[in-house]
Amino acid sequence: MKKNILKNSGVQSLLASLVCVILGLLIGYIVLLFINPDGAGEAITDVMKNFLTYSKPETQVKYLGNTLVKTAPLLMCSLSILFAYKVGLFNIGAAGQYCIGVALSLYAALAWGWSWLPCMLLAMLGGALLGAISGLLKSYCNVNEVISGIMLNWIVLYLTNMLLTQVKEDTSPYTFVLSHKNASAILPSLGLGSLFNGNQYVGLALPLSIVIAILVWVVLEKTRIGYELRATGNNKNAAKYCGMAEKRNIIMTLAISGMLAGLGAAMLYLTGYEQWQCSTSSVPGMGFNGIAAAFLGGLNPIGAILASFFIQHITAGGAYVDKSMYCAQISDLISSIIIYLCGFVLFMKYAMNTAIAKREEKAALKEKERAQTPEVSDNGKGGDQ
Amino acid sequence: MVLLLQYTLTFASVLILVALGGCFSEHSGVINLGLEGVMIMGALGGALAMRYMPTDSSAFSMLIVVLLAAALAGTVYSSLLAVACINFKADQTIVGTALNMLGTAGATVIVKAINTAANPDDVSSTIQYAGAKKAFLVNIGSFEFSWFMLVTLLLLIAAYVALYKTRFGLRLMACGEHPQAADSVGINVYKMRWAGVLISGMLGGLGGIVFITAGVSEWRFEYGVAGFGFLSLAVMIFGQWKPTRIALAALLFGLFRALSNVYAGFEFLKNLNIPSPVYNMMPYIISLVVLAFTSKKSRAPKAEGIPYDKGQR
Repeated sequence: MKKNILKNSGVQSLLASLVCVILGLLIGYIVLLFINPDGAGEAITDVMKNFLTYSKPETQVKYLGNTLVKTAPLLMCSLSILFAYKVGLFNIGAAGQYCIGVALSLYAALAWGWSWLPCMLLAMLGGALLGAISGLLKSYCNVNEVISGIMLNWIVLYLTNMLLTQVKEDTSPYTFVLSHKNASAILPSLGLGSLFNGNQYVGLALPLSIVIAILVWVVLEKTRIGYELRATGNNKNAAKYCGMAEKRNIIMTLAISGMLAGLGAAMLYLTGYEQWQCSTSSVPGMGFNGIAAAFLGGLNPIGAILASFFIQHITAGGAYVDKSMYCAQISDLISSIIIYLCGFVLFMKYAMNTAIAKREEKAALKEKERAQTPEVSDNGKGGDQ
Repeated sequence: MVLLLQYTLTFASVLILVALGGCFSEHSGVINLGLEGVMIMGALGGALAMRYMPTDSSAFSMLIVVLLAAALAGTVYSSLLAVACINFKADQTIVGTALNMLGTAGATVIVKAINTAANPDDVSSTIQYAGAKKAFLVNIGSFEFSWFMLVTLLLLIAAYVALYKTRFGLRLMACGEHPQAADSVGINVYKMRWAGVLISGMLGGLGGIVFITAGVSEWRFEYGVAGFGFLSLAVMIFGQWKPTRIALAALLFGLFRALSNVYAGFEFLKNLNIPSPVYNMMPYIISLVVLAFTSKKSRAPKAEGIPYDKGQR
């Protein structure tokens, strides 16, 4: 029998994600229609076009570069969420781990004049430590990692503001410009910038993030430790019974997850693309958008690459809507609707599988009938002779 | 000192309302991580009611309309969680998180759209309600009594009675402990869970409006509610899912939150020279420490977080 392509779980994930995206954009469009029906069509295309709004190809490429600069940290955050989720942990603390990465990498670069590599390692360490705190609380004190993660997010936000206030400009709430203060802390461009019409922010971060995505996939799917971690996620007690150190696994998972988010922060802030605003009053959205990207990517590291680009693409696209009618947050709205819809993915797969099973059953039944009917007539003939 | 008491009671009211909301939802077996988003939507409903109520309406009608609007907004919003988690068996953590993000983004989009429609140059996400807010306040000496405190107290008593003294409450709790057993004696688990989530939405929405009227007379919806939904969940865990203990826990957390507003008024605290962000961090740090010590012997409803499937053994 011909194998139904829809039965493949990867294809199903892809289809489900596409459904989420289309429905998300559709609902976004309807919201825009409600706000002001005149420009809704234009606004939703602006969101989807992002850098393509510019007519000159050189400018397009340059702004594509900008989107990619922010895709790298988003990918890291989504890998962070994904890695923990595979082990049954929901690391909503990624936002705080990202935040501490910003604090440490910028502080080391601006106050101590470190070069980029140690800054980056420090950011990773900070994220890992923060993740490990959540892990310790989870495994030894039974504190739900979501709640401890949120609490740590807020604590870290205030700490970050406090720390970075020491390296900020006197007249503005922003930290010093990295390229003026310490050019050695800027990530090497590897000549990638020239591919994007001289966009100096594109560099090491992009290839590095993709390599790490592949690495995460390999670790999770092809190594013993990845197997142990996933087993712990599936059934903590069974893993313990099999002799796996489930407490250690939880702590290690959240530490690795935090490390990824911290690295993501270094990947953005060590390009000099953005400065930290020391009066920031909410945790950076990167970690939360990472949740969207992780689930939209079907919890697959390779899918996360595409999903991160898409989420960043529409987030950046939000900036291009006509501000006299709409606001940029429309893209946040769309990505949050997409996450909400991702909650239904399990149901969609279930529905697909039942539909396929039903159809197969029917086909099998028909086949059986067809096979039986001629047999009966044959017998009859045989009897006649 | 009076100011500290006033802020403590106000923030405790918020925490009590929202934590009770979480309590109802979890007793029915659904973890409502979206309380933060529910609060924002409730706050939005209440703030819009304050904005559009005629300024000469009586204090009583203002109070009732604002409370109803907030409760209604929260309830309607929480039905998004209910439909996904109860009927479609979605992952409660993902949906809750999505609702939190959707709450902030949605409220910002709505408020900005309203502001921009009223005045094309106004692209802020702020709603002002300085005049309308007076309806909720009564000055007793220097203490600013808010009717919300009384409402909270009444709802606290109502919640206690509803959970422990009525058939509905006991059935609700049965659905959170062992839904299969509840079903076997003829309780409709899906209906009970819907009820739990909708009640949590109502209480969360009320908490939202109390939160944004605490001490300020305008709110920027881009800010969300600063993790108060999650603080409330911490209060609920610390309160061991019991209304009376939740109230006590909320008072403790409310005190620490209030300190960050009024610490400058105390000579000895001012002399300690602790930077103000430390006071801002306090409620979160305290809740982490408290959770670390109390979560071990948690009395959480046994079946919380597990979607109920009729066909499952």
